[in-house]
Amino acid sequence: MTEITLVQAVNRGLAEAMRTDPDVIVLGEDVGVNGGVFRATEGLLKEFGAERVLDTPLSETGIVGSAIGMALYGLKPVAEIQFLDFIYPAFDQIVSELAKMRYRSGGQYPCHVVVRSPYGGGIKGGLYHSQSTEAYFCHTAGLKVVVPSTPADAKGLLLSAIADEDPVIFLEPKRIYRSATGEVPDGDHRVPLGSARTVREGRDASVFAYGAMVPPSLEAAAALEGEGISAEVVDLRTLVPLDEAAVLASVQRTGRAVMVHEAARFCGFGAELAALLAEKAFYSLKAPVARVTGYDTPFPYALEHVYLPGPERIAQAVRETVRAS
Amino acid sequence: MVVSTTVRPGTDSGGAGALEDDRVLAGYRTMVLARALDERCLSLQRQGRIGFYAPHAGQEATLVGSALAMEPEDWVFPAYRELTVALVRGVPLQAVVDQLFGNASDLCRGRQMPNHFAFRDQNFVSASSPIGTQITQAVGAAMAARYRHAPIATITYFGDGATSSNDFHAGLNFAGVFRVPTVFLCQNNEWAISLPRERQTRSSTLAVKAEAYGIPGVVVDGTDLRAVHAAVRSARSRAVAGEGPTLIEAQMYRFGPHSTSDDPRRYRSDAQLEEARQRDPIAKLKAQLLAAGALDEATDQRLWEEARAAIAAAVRQAEATPPVEPLSLFEDVFARPTPRLEEERGEAGAQLRAEGR
Repeated sequence: MTEITLVQAVNRGLAEAMRTDPDVIVLGEDVGVNGGVFRATEGLLKEFGAERVLDTPLSETGIVGSAIGMALYGLKPVAEIQFLDFIYPAFDQIVSELAKMRYRSGGQYPCHVVVRSPYGGGIKGGLYHSQSTEAYFCHTAGLKVVVPSTPADAKGLLLSAIADEDPVIFLEPKRIYRSATGEVPDGDHRVPLGSARTVREGRDASVFAYGAMVPPSLEAAAALEGEGISAEVVDLRTLVPLDEAAVLASVQRTGRAVMVHEAARFCGFGAELAALLAEKAFYSLKAPVARVTGYDTPFPYALEHVYLPGPERIAQAVRETVRAS
Repeated sequence: MVVSTTVRPGTDSGGAGALEDDRVLAGYRTMVLARALDERCLSLQRQGRIGFYAPHAGQEATLVGSALAMEPEDWVFPAYRELTVALVRGVPLQAVVDQLFGNASDLCRGRQMPNHFAFRDQNFVSASSPIGTQITQAVGAAMAARYRHAPIATITYFGDGATSSNDFHAGLNFAGVFRVPTVFLCQNNEWAISLPRERQTRSSTLAVKAEAYGIPGVVVDGTDLRAVHAAVRSARSRAVAGEGPTLIEAQMYRFGPHSTSDDPRRYRSDAQLEEARQRDPIAKLKAQLLAAGALDEATDQRLWEEARAAIAAAVRQAEATPPVEPLSLFEDVFARPTPRLEEERGEAGAQLRAEGR
């Protein structure tokens, strides 16, 4: 095992899947000769050839629509949408077609496509290179939604996503593409979908985060330790299907919950988590559920440091939750 | 008559590769069945026995001619007016009627409105209501078939309105760039609900749009079974020979409403409809068959009676079939239900029991 970055882990996951299964095809904008704008597909064209690594015309609906056709025929396409901000032209294909194909055909036509896309802010990307719109996909029946936060999980979850039988939206936290480093097992390393990971155990409050919000949540927990507050940090890893058992078990232990995401607050994933806790963990709660999220504004360029949750905002929310009871 | 803008089809009406006489007669029989089914379904919807229907009267020659030109191993990506194509490909009439009723025998398990079919055994891919989305999918399936070295083509059906959609542009563009074995069959029936063809695009024809994608575009009389067959057969031959995709514009007229939810008298004249009915594909083919001695009035009468009897029997059976099982609602969302879906299934089951249903 060697220490690599998160984006390198994505790359290794793709290469591993393509080596072991000739049905795996990669397609997207600039994924071939250029190796992807973030280099996630670096070297794949050279190793696997132009039949399996397709540089497509600039059309997201073309990318996802043709990936759906490939999947119906029996291949396992992995489509890259260059930035999540650009996925909307493919929204019809994802929501109306991909998500519903198995259901609407009465199970006759399973449709397994993995749609990979870098998401999130913190790279000075402004309105159109920063969005976190995972909630749109979580709200759509028939899609699985996965967000890794470490290199090992990026590879392991990606390999599970490619091996899965259902459509998967695989969101990569581009802000930590290179800053998140770690050891990644070689070979067919898999992390099951639908399983959260307790990154740091704690007694006083549970902090739930995913993707690029996991590192600042850990920083907050470390800082709080010095104040005598023991915060647990749970990386959800898969938003659909959510590991409800892990979420409930953590809150039953700590009695307090703080949900962190960079997406806007209103109807964001934290709202679902708060509802879940109200429905199923109400009598374990010692304090109101807190949300630390992006604000309900479009994603800003000059003021992204104000918009994005950081360690201090997360720590403050935990403090207030602990003080509440 | 086949008019080509950029390529001359390899086969022409009556030329080499033309439809044999017995297949023409079989095609005529299917056209009769399709028309009789259309008439029956419109009244079933008016009686409240099925929820919806999208008629295809006026389009039968294109539907049957194109279906006869494709092979069983080819893949069809339909819109929602192509049940006749499914019949030609061997889907039993009963399976079509069961879908219209959404009963327990419906292969789609009652999940979709009438006309949104899927018949996996006949490579007839699931249809949806959004316009044009099947076009890029047909291109992707053709890319996959070529990757697997399967000597097949895909065909996708769409209307004149769909040529304004995102996926028409994306699909034809991808098809041109990747030179895929796909036949794009545009059924130009002159009306996209209430919008006439000339308000859809300023293009002289729809086929001429192919030029911009570097692929051949062909205009064909969509009321002529043999002409449509020849054009599609030629496009399929090019596709499987590795020569790339073709856009075919079959020109016809939608005799009925867009669907049972609209009244075409609000936007078009009876005079126009009457004029279009002079080019009724069934009447045209019947006249040809009578003139050639391949059909007589008595046989024709019998074909209609047989069609109506088969439909009546299928409707009776569909109505005698139980409805879909309520808790099947939660199946096929994913390959296996998630814990959350299991929980919701339990909740719905308890509610149904409490209501005594």
